[in-house]
Amino acid sequence: MRTPASEIAVTARRISKNYGAVEALRNLSLDFPRGQLTSLLGPSGCGKTTLLKIIAGLLEPTSGEVEVNGKAVTGPGPDRAFVFQDFALLPWANVLRNVAFGLELRGIARSEREAIAEGYIRNVGLAGFEASYPHELSGGMRQRVGLARALSVDAQVLLMDEPFSAVDEQTRRKFQEDLLSLVQREAKTFIFVTHSIEEAVYVSDQIAILLPRPSRVSEIIRPGGFRNKGADQIRRDPEYLDIVDEIWASLRRYVE
Amino acid sequence: MMPQRSLMLTLLSAGLVFGAWQIAGMIPVSYAFPTFLETMSALLRMVLDGTLFVAFGETLKPLLVGIAISAALGIGLGLWIGLSSWFDWLFSPIFIVMQAAPLAALIPLLVMVYGIGLTSKVFVVCIMAMPVIVLNTSGAVRNTPTPLKEMGRSFLGSERDIVLKIILPAASPIIFSGLRLGVSAGFIGAVLAELKITPTGVGDIISYSRSIADYPSMYAAIFSIIVLAVLFLNLLERLEDFLFEGNNRGYASDT
Ligand SMILES: Nc1ncnc2c1ncn2[C@@H]1O[C@H](COP(=O)(O)OP(=O)(O)OP(=O)(O)O)[C@@H](O)[C@H]1O
Ligand SMILES: [Mg+2]
Repeated sequence: MRTPASEIAVTARRISKNYGAVEALRNLSLDFPRGQLTSLLGPSGCGKTTLLKIIAGLLEPTSGEVEVNGKAVTGPGPDRAFVFQDFALLPWANVLRNVAFGLELRGIARSEREAIAEGYIRNVGLAGFEASYPHELSGGMRQRVGLARALSVDAQVLLMDEPFSAVDEQTRRKFQEDLLSLVQREAKTFIFVTHSIEEAVYVSDQIAILLPRPSRVSEIIRPGGFRNKGADQIRRDPEYLDIVDEIWASLRRYVE
Repeated sequence: MMPQRSLMLTLLSAGLVFGAWQIAGMIPVSYAFPTFLETMSALLRMVLDGTLFVAFGETLKPLLVGIAISAALGIGLGLWIGLSSWFDWLFSPIFIVMQAAPLAALIPLLVMVYGIGLTSKVFVVCIMAMPVIVLNTSGAVRNTPTPLKEMGRSFLGSERDIVLKIILPAASPIIFSGLRLGVSAGFIGAVLAELKITPTGVGDIISYSRSIADYPSMYAAIFSIIVLAVLFLNLLERLEDFLFEGNNRGYASDT
């Protein structure tokens, strides 16, 4: 199944990245279809965060290039927003200021940015916590602050680095369902890093499986059929279960 | 912590120290060690006849000038050193040496160069106060959590925004603890300068009353300068609370 070029939001072309002697990525190429959620799945240390930061423009690749909407990436840009694995919230700022911080850095006037931020705070279910400080929130709530901050700047591409790693299993499932409806509601391209095979299969339109260092894409899987079934049906769907098994079979030899 | 409880604890600890002082003075530990009450009455006398205020007027001049210079220059330099490895290489050693140098040995040198006036005293205060402010600031700036800086960059913050809105606030608790240490050291420097260069202000009361064996007055002067230092540090804490509200994250036992 080929996707026409205009339907590709982000392209990574022959990306290599060395950290000194450590070769993290070698010749990695991957397309991210517009409006869809692509997961990067692979063993720990294989370079998922590295790839995400290169797409974000936070890291320079040693060679190769990233294009967003056909334009080469040279640094961070307004078309991409990052949800950090460790939240990266300002501990001295309350929820409202944290969520509005991306807009504050873009020089949006206070009343305007706070109005926007309040809307997203409500969207992620944190209404009433606007004046709380990060240390007063649970891990899952902090994660949602980070998500609301990324949504507020209204970037077309959302880069999420293991956004659900800090929450318990119940919350995680809730977040995954929220994420699915977010993908449907917002016409955005999501790039999502995860360790969890089930999670990747559950939320993704496309899954890229990365091999251990030096990393490249070994396989691309597009779970299709069960996507429009109800949230609770997906986990029981035979195709869902088959794909989980298939991915596990190809990854297990690296987990020893 | 509840304000009342914290006030009570403060009063309690003050009561304990003063009680111990009173008893030690009554034993006496040394003929040159007055009791707490004798010291307080000497203090009251100096307050009433105005000697103390005149003395403070003298002492505060080099102290405030020195602390203002140390704070402004120290934070500025510390920021620079923390942001640029080149500046770090160039300047850090100077402040490390300054912090380690025995100040008393440097005073004759300062007097030779700058005379016995205000300039020398300001220098003494700065030499005492600045290194810790610079070193704390640069250390804190250098150790700003990388994720926060990356966050700033990824949301398109300018260099200036990242310094002002991320690096400085993140470093502020340690900068302020450097300021507190620097201010305390500055107080020591101010009195030291008055004892070693020319006897003026509080230093004059201390050395004069010692020379006529009026120990209660001597201790009263020392006590008053300590009280002033504590008040100053409190003021600094207020300033920190005012500027960086979120820094005050309570005690672990509060919940
Ligand atoms: N700043 C760095 N300096 C040196 N090596 C690094 C640096 N960052 C990452 N690496 C190396 O690059 C490799 C890929 O790291 P990366 O963080 O991208 O992995 P990851 O796939 O995100 O792992 P995880 O799933 O554990 O988060 C690792 O082997 C790591 O040791
Ligand atoms: Mg990672």
